[in-house]
Amino acid sequence: MAGTADALAIELREVAKTFGQVVALASISLSVSRHSRVGIVGPSGGGKTTLLQIVAGLLEADTGLVRVEDAASARQRLARCALMPQRDLLLPWRTALDNAAIALENRGLSRAEARNRTRPLFERFGLARFENARPVQLSGGMRQRVSFLRTLMAEKDVLLLDEPFGALDSITRAQMQEWVLQAMDAVPRTVLLVTHDVEEALLLSQRVVVLSERPGRVVAVLDSDHRFEGSRREIVTSPGFVSLKEQALEALGS
Amino acid sequence: MSDATREATDGRSRVPRSAAAAPGRSTWVASLFRRYLPPALLTLCGVGRWELIVRLAHVPEYLLPTPSEIAVDMKTDWPVLEPALLVTLREILLGFVISAVAGVGLALLLHLFPVVRRAVYPLLIGSQTIPIIVLAPILVILLGYGIMPKLVIVATICFFPIVINGIDGLRSVDGELITMMRTLDASRWAILRRVEFPAALPSIFSGMRIAATFAAIGAVFGEWSGSNQGLGYVMLAATPNLLTTRIFAAIVCLTVIALALFGAVSLLERIFVPWASRGNPMT
Repeated sequence: MAGTADALAIELREVAKTFGQVVALASISLSVSRHSRVGIVGPSGGGKTTLLQIVAGLLEADTGLVRVEDAASARQRLARCALMPQRDLLLPWRTALDNAAIALENRGLSRAEARNRTRPLFERFGLARFENARPVQLSGGMRQRVSFLRTLMAEKDVLLLDEPFGALDSITRAQMQEWVLQAMDAVPRTVLLVTHDVEEALLLSQRVVVLSERPGRVVAVLDSDHRFEGSRREIVTSPGFVSLKEQALEALGS
Repeated sequence: MSDATREATDGRSRVPRSAAAAPGRSTWVASLFRRYLPPALLTLCGVGRWELIVRLAHVPEYLLPTPSEIAVDMKTDWPVLEPALLVTLREILLGFVISAVAGVGLALLLHLFPVVRRAVYPLLIGSQTIPIIVLAPILVILLGYGIMPKLVIVATICFFPIVINGIDGLRSVDGELITMMRTLDASRWAILRRVEFPAALPSIFSGMRIAATFAAIGAVFGEWSGSNQGLGYVMLAATPNLLTTRIFAAIVCLTVIALALFGAVSLLERIFVPWASRGNPMT
């Protein structure tokens, strides 16, 4: 947690990535300040996931500079980022609580300690009764909540969310968005969220970066940093939100 | 292993859905019936027909005894059969355990070191083309008449399906799970122990179930190649004396051992791999 509040948590400068003949990303520049939330929207196949994997240190960029906090190398970035994948990827042989606690165990804590540290979050975020449930016994929304808590329990300052609710139906999705907003207010983190849903990006982030089709480049940056008050429905239908959404959709269409 | 087993056994769920997974006594008995009644009836039909045909055709006992004669012989020959059964049982169990430990161990080793796997895997396949029957007499010359050559033969036969299934299971883990673990600070060891090994357990158990049916064959082979005790030896000694009924009684003993071993492996699978629904194909 070193550094000042306005320090950059993630910085990308002219990052490019090519797979064989396919140019996935063409010169992306982007910065995310500490404990802010940035959404990335773009058409599918536009290199959004590639971008996240580069930030996470799972991939190395061909050219350009990538920094996450004070780390520049892929290996160090991997140690500073927690990535939540689109599929929940819960381990069927672990209970919900043990799935969420796995990062702590990976860091050498005993099973009991890892559980004790994870349990308060379960209670706080409405999963209290499901600690000992197996993933197969949980609904899609619940599984995604456990997956999110697992990412949170990695206790890293940077969260990378890759289409976190892409596989959910729209009702569950709306509930999850509210739930995540609550969680993020309670446990502040730097968040980079990738989605193809403009509304989701505007709702969950303070700034939205619109990417073009492949090869991906930044076509618009929208600030949605005014506090939206009220219920999700009130926010989504407010004039300010609707005009932002139109701007984003226009940028996507161009 | 201890980690995976603890995970597998602890914490029954308290979610309502578990009510369906904890049936009452009567449904449990009903499911037993549903599972075992068809094979039991089929066996009974076969045995009945065998009894009838042999009796009606007046086949002499030294050529083909009736099931009832075999049953009577099991009782009268029990003093001969019991010590032999214990000897063979010991060979089968020890050989199987050795092959399971060595098989899983080698599978893990080959999985962790791809270079070693590329070197050893073809040799492993090649080794299976050597018929064990050819090796058995050589092993007897090398290791004598005791339990050692039998253990080597049982273990050699059982080893192969366990290793191959183990390697396949370890390799077939969803790559995204491993990526997920890497973003959660997992070391190579943590990935192996928390993801790859539990994910491979159903495969490993499949291999062990196949191996369980081979183990009895291995033990009998070993005893035929040179021994002075065990069910294989009893069969061999009974042959020149035309004690056909005793041979059949020994076969019954072997079958029971093999079935029991298969059942034990299936039971262990249910305990250690409760999350995999495929489990027992008999259900």
